[in-house]
Amino acid sequence: MNLPSNAAQPNLENSPFFEGALQEKLVLPKCKKCEFVIWFPREICPECGSQNVDWFEASGTGSIYSFTITRRIPGSWSKATPFVLAYVELDEGPRVMTNIVDCDLTQIRIGDRVEKVFEEAVDRDGENGPPLLRFRPTKS
Amino acid sequence: MSIRGKAFIAGAYEHPERHLPNRTLPQIHADVAIGALEDAGLTTSDVDAYYSAGDAPGFGALSMVDYLGLDCHYVNDTETGGSSYLVHAQHAATAIAAGHIDVALITLAGKPRTGGASPGGSGRVGDAPEAPFESQWGMSVPGGYALAAQRHMHEFGTTSEQLAAIKVAASSHAQHNPHAFLQDLVTVEEVLESPMISDPLHRLDCCVITDGGGAMVIVSEAVASNLSRHCIPVLGTGSYVKSTQSGRIDLTHTGALRSGPIAFAEAEVSPAEIDYVSIYDSFTITVLITLEDLGFCERGQAGRFVADGALLAPHGQLPFNTDGGGLCNNHPANRGGMTKVIEAVRQLRFEANPEVQVPDCEIALAHGTGGSLATRSASSTMILGRSL
Ligand SMILES: [Zn+2]
Repeated sequence: MNLPSNAAQPNLENSPFFEGALQEKLVLPKCKKCEFVIWFPREICPECGSQNVDWFEASGTGSIYSFTITRRIPGSWSKATPFVLAYVELDEGPRVMTNIVDCDLTQIRIGDRVEKVFEEAVDRDGENGPPLLRFRPTKS
Repeated sequence: MSIRGKAFIAGAYEHPERHLPNRTLPQIHADVAIGALEDAGLTTSDVDAYYSAGDAPGFGALSMVDYLGLDCHYVNDTETGGSSYLVHAQHAATAIAAGHIDVALITLAGKPRTGGASPGGSGRVGDAPEAPFESQWGMSVPGGYALAAQRHMHEFGTTSEQLAAIKVAASSHAQHNPHAFLQDLVTVEEVLESPMISDPLHRLDCCVITDGGGAMVIVSEAVASNLSRHCIPVLGTGSYVKSTQSGRIDLTHTGALRSGPIAFAEAEVSPAEIDYVSIYDSFTITVLITLEDLGFCERGQAGRFVADGALLAPHGQLPFNTDGGGLCNNHPANRGGMTKVIEAVRQLRFEANPEVQVPDCEIALAHGTGGSLATRSASSTMILGRSL
């Protein structure tokens, strides 16, 4: 079944990421001073401390840094088990927490190539919110 | 200024119960506070500094100082999850060394089994700047630690059997602890046959969930010298916050890589001189990685180390968690830092359960890990001596 999809609540600082998501684009902040690609999205560079940040469209591709197949979990996610929680290392460098979808659970491995897939999400009021950044195996 | 030998653990007390439906959260804080003060030979009127973390109700230290009837000119509410109580001990020892305080009381209490308060977490989580990027993916607590375990296995060939050996060692100690939540000896096979929670962590790779708590009393040399109780000198402490490393997190080590050397340097001892360790054991993987980070074995070699029986008391190379640890004995409020210190104190006083008392235990290390290994965590290491 589909995974629970609760939309994140954007704020003043991270909204370019979510505006990008609405157009199915992966938009990331980059430090204007040292060019570091910042994760998680925010207006401060954790490498040099600059608050001068640009936003750019990233490739949306990467590889699995680590993953786990969750089989037991309390709450709303219990109906979605088994599902894959993962860290994906983007080709631009950051390691982002996410889910791997549209995959064969018996075949998934660290190092597998993956690509972004934005999945519909709803907010607390049941309205459509910014879609969620998940990943699926790259079709070879 | 080094704090080595300036502060002493005079009282340490673990609540004997693991299920407390008929005690309020403040009552459990009071139970353990009085227990630790009685252990030291002191009363609430002797306390001039109080420390609490996110498990304390209401306004934290402010509410608890009032509830307990303390008279404090020094309070601290540092919140680093399960390692908070080691960080508090470090702060208390520092304040004692500086001459600011004489008697510090640190308490932990919780009721995750009987619904007293939300377990482990902080009320601030919802506002966290990282929340929009981490709370959408169904990361359970075991799921997060499973990410670390999977990566460690990938890089170093660590196996589920090796992780299970940590639970087996904890259970072999817990069978001698009449208060332990789980008292049955388990085998590697039983760990591997327990339900898979989040690959590669099985149910028996996870710590227990218990009501209860613990407290410690840390005093100055002037106070210690007037007590009849055996006071345990603090030799060294170190803490470190491991961040998500600018979004390039390495899941194969913890902040112990940094907190450990600080504590060893201050204590002027090496890992080889440690007779007993209390290692934070929210999960088996937490122990395995921490052993490497603290320098008890080479990076990537902890799997072999634990599978060879190193952790078994009393005669293993590095006896650990002789109360049964969080894996079997107690993990009150889903926070294991306090009980780590308490068992280290028991070992140094030669008051551990006789079957697991380490002979001639002279130097012990207690280590806490708070937060999540999958994201941000705080490590705190404390080295204690039987004497100076
Ligand atoms: Zn920068």
